[in-house]
Amino acid sequence: MTAYIVRRLFATLPVMAVVAVFVFFLVRFAPGDPAAIIAGEDATADAIAAVRAKLGLDRPMLEQFVIWTLHLLQGDLGVSIFSDLPVSRLIEQRLEPTVALTFSTLFVAVALAIPIGVIAAWKARKLVDRLAMAFAVLGFAMPVFVLAYVLIWLFSVKWGVLPVQGYSPISQGLWPFLEKLILPSVALGVTYMALIARITRASMLEVLAQDYIRTANSKGLATDRVLLLHALKNAAVPIVTVIGIGIALLISGVVITETVFNIPGLGRLTVDAVLKRDYPIVQGLILVFAAGKVLVNLAIDISYAFLDPRIRY
Amino acid sequence: MLHRIVAGALALAVPFAIPAAGHAQEKVLKAVMHADVRVIDPIWTTQTIANIHGMLVYDTLFGNDSDLKPHPQMVGKYEISPDKLVYTFTLRDGLKFHDGSPVTSNDVIPSLRRWAARDGVGGRLFSFVEKLEAIDAKTFRMTLNKPYGMVLESLGKTNSSVPVIMRAQEAATDPQQQVKEAIGSGPFRFAKEQWVPGSKAIYLKNPDYVPRPGNEPASSFAGSKFPGVDRLELIWIPDSQTAMQALIAGEIDFFEAPNIDFLPILSRARGVKLEKTGKLDSTLGMIRLNHLHPPFNNPKARQAMYHLIKQEDFLRAVVGNPEYYKQCFSFFTCGSPLTHPTGIAALKDYNPKKALQLMREAGYNGEPITVLQATDHVTITPATQVLIQAMRDAGLNVDAQSMDWGSVVSRRTKKEPPAQGGWNIFVTTTGGVGSSNPVLHTWLGGTCDKALTGWPCDAKIEELRNAYAFAQTDAEKKAAAMAVDERAAEVVTYVPFGQWSVPIAYRQDRIENVVTNTGLAVLWNIRRK
Repeated sequence: MTAYIVRRLFATLPVMAVVAVFVFFLVRFAPGDPAAIIAGEDATADAIAAVRAKLGLDRPMLEQFVIWTLHLLQGDLGVSIFSDLPVSRLIEQRLEPTVALTFSTLFVAVALAIPIGVIAAWKARKLVDRLAMAFAVLGFAMPVFVLAYVLIWLFSVKWGVLPVQGYSPISQGLWPFLEKLILPSVALGVTYMALIARITRASMLEVLAQDYIRTANSKGLATDRVLLLHALKNAAVPIVTVIGIGIALLISGVVITETVFNIPGLGRLTVDAVLKRDYPIVQGLILVFAAGKVLVNLAIDISYAFLDPRIRY
Repeated sequence: MLHRIVAGALALAVPFAIPAAGHAQEKVLKAVMHADVRVIDPIWTTQTIANIHGMLVYDTLFGNDSDLKPHPQMVGKYEISPDKLVYTFTLRDGLKFHDGSPVTSNDVIPSLRRWAARDGVGGRLFSFVEKLEAIDAKTFRMTLNKPYGMVLESLGKTNSSVPVIMRAQEAATDPQQQVKEAIGSGPFRFAKEQWVPGSKAIYLKNPDYVPRPGNEPASSFAGSKFPGVDRLELIWIPDSQTAMQALIAGEIDFFEAPNIDFLPILSRARGVKLEKTGKLDSTLGMIRLNHLHPPFNNPKARQAMYHLIKQEDFLRAVVGNPEYYKQCFSFFTCGSPLTHPTGIAALKDYNPKKALQLMREAGYNGEPITVLQATDHVTITPATQVLIQAMRDAGLNVDAQSMDWGSVVSRRTKKEPPAQGGWNIFVTTTGGVGSSNPVLHTWLGGTCDKALTGWPCDAKIEELRNAYAFAQTDAEKKAAAMAVDERAAEVVTYVPFGQWSVPIAYRQDRIENVVTNTGLAVLWNIRRK
């Protein structure tokens, strides 16, 4: 296993290198010029050219790439063109909200989805199953922003029990931290809940049709033991895969949810940087996201071995 | 069992939930602005938000009031020589930067020079400055080579870029580079360590700030400044609906730029007040033509565009509610003292057939006209759509190139022909204060290569703008401005399509002393009730 992990970690290096090359050139081939944005509305072409020169954006692209790569190899992601702050600091500022939103969303989604999926499979093709799946389809079909605005109107404006927006770091208190995460986690979690519930049901149905489940039932084992200990554990591989994909998607930013609830996460940082053509931030973020996805995939693969002893690396 | 769980959870939560004692007594103002503070140097960029930041952190020598008249701010006393060539300024007593060092003439001089290197108004002023020298630590002298009449107005300007006074070490920074620190002598200190670009910028009351004596009434940038709260948070909420709900729920106190569609809801919300930003409308719409390439290198083709514009159509699309917009047939902000008294006739003559005829007379034969179409701008996008439709209805061949606003800003700097990555037309907006006189209104400039994108080239309009700057009486100024207005119409420096203003919204049940200003928001005097 250790050799496998080391091998996989080394395999990420060429992936990151390819990502680095692509992202560097793609952002520069895209139309737009940060110097024009900085110089502002009333800037002359000469003023814009002067800003561009000072930022080093007038140098040959290859030269810019070499400079960036040399810094990157020293662990330096560069500084923002606009704020002049290190990209690593900007990412660090946004990491906590994103990680908090990711795990609170998954908590909501998994806590609802697994029971719903298990019950739907247990009561397959009965009313409970149809209601559960109708709920799942509705959750999947409803745009996040619609649910988000409904939740804000109901819980924040009408009843005044939860805040409309914002993020409070956990260092400023547990309740301020939690109360600002409840609505975004529910709004976003419903979509993931629907996805995980459907996968859980499908996977459970397959397992429940196996001979050993029939044997367990005929031995007179309690239903909850059959469902949770025998069936769910064996149905877990696809469920864990979906949850893992969810983590990877959530970590790389959920722009709409972050925007509607004004959570300063990585998703908003990415979109803002793209719109402003803040190249160093875009480059740094894409590299971080790529690394994150590689690591999450690795963690999922490793978890397979624990869930299913037949899987060996 | 349950009560144990609840008790355990409370035991865990309570220590975290108690706010820090230091924050309990603080008076905090939470304001959502039109953009987030990303740049801390108001000279390096002309972005409005950077200048709002600048006016909190730094101070200015003069401040113009809501009638655009300059009043001393950092300056205690000043003298103007009878020939109006020598200005001698003395700083007020007790002015200190946030690091405790005194503000001196040696800080003022490089600050003004750096401003002039980047700002059009400053550049024009300094083209007449022969000498700027320190007399002593608090006194400095500006000697002109001509009796330029806009010295004090320029130093007190209330739109970007504002001539803020920095410490000498920051003022010595290359104007093309951003300063590293925001240490000024203004009413608030920038808490850089708490700054999260794209999310929030925090300002703390400057306890050493010395307001102008005599409790002068506040009017735009003039009057005594009293930092009214201990902590000012500029929060960036990108979604206008969320910002509106946050204001209604009392999570924020001040909302600078609510979406026009939400104004009816805000006007009914308990505790919320809507107020016009200042005496002048905040925004003017303009269609900029490229003077370098056919067909608009021909004045007749440019004049043809006047006859395609029905301002009401544009304003309905951009603003919708007539309460907030007005048609304006002048190149100067309607409502300002220098606006054309009767309106320029050509701007009122909507006649698409005449437009096509003039285009043909200018040699236009159906070649594609490249229009840069921004797709993500709240006002420019609908205005561009109306323009494209009006041009197509008139029989012009429009090549609408869709892109985000950031790309338009970049593309419009290209001087190449449209087929090689250039352009013929883009739509933009400009500020009401900046468009209120011939010197401030840089979009009227006709300095060819040195002019703003579109590059109008007309020596006469520059002469007329200078004539305004040297006019000595109000009557002379008015006559000079009218001549500029009419010449701009003849040359077609741009095609105006009206003006509008979106009110600010704030919690009148929580804050008071809000000073309105067209252009940059004034936040320093606001107090919590």
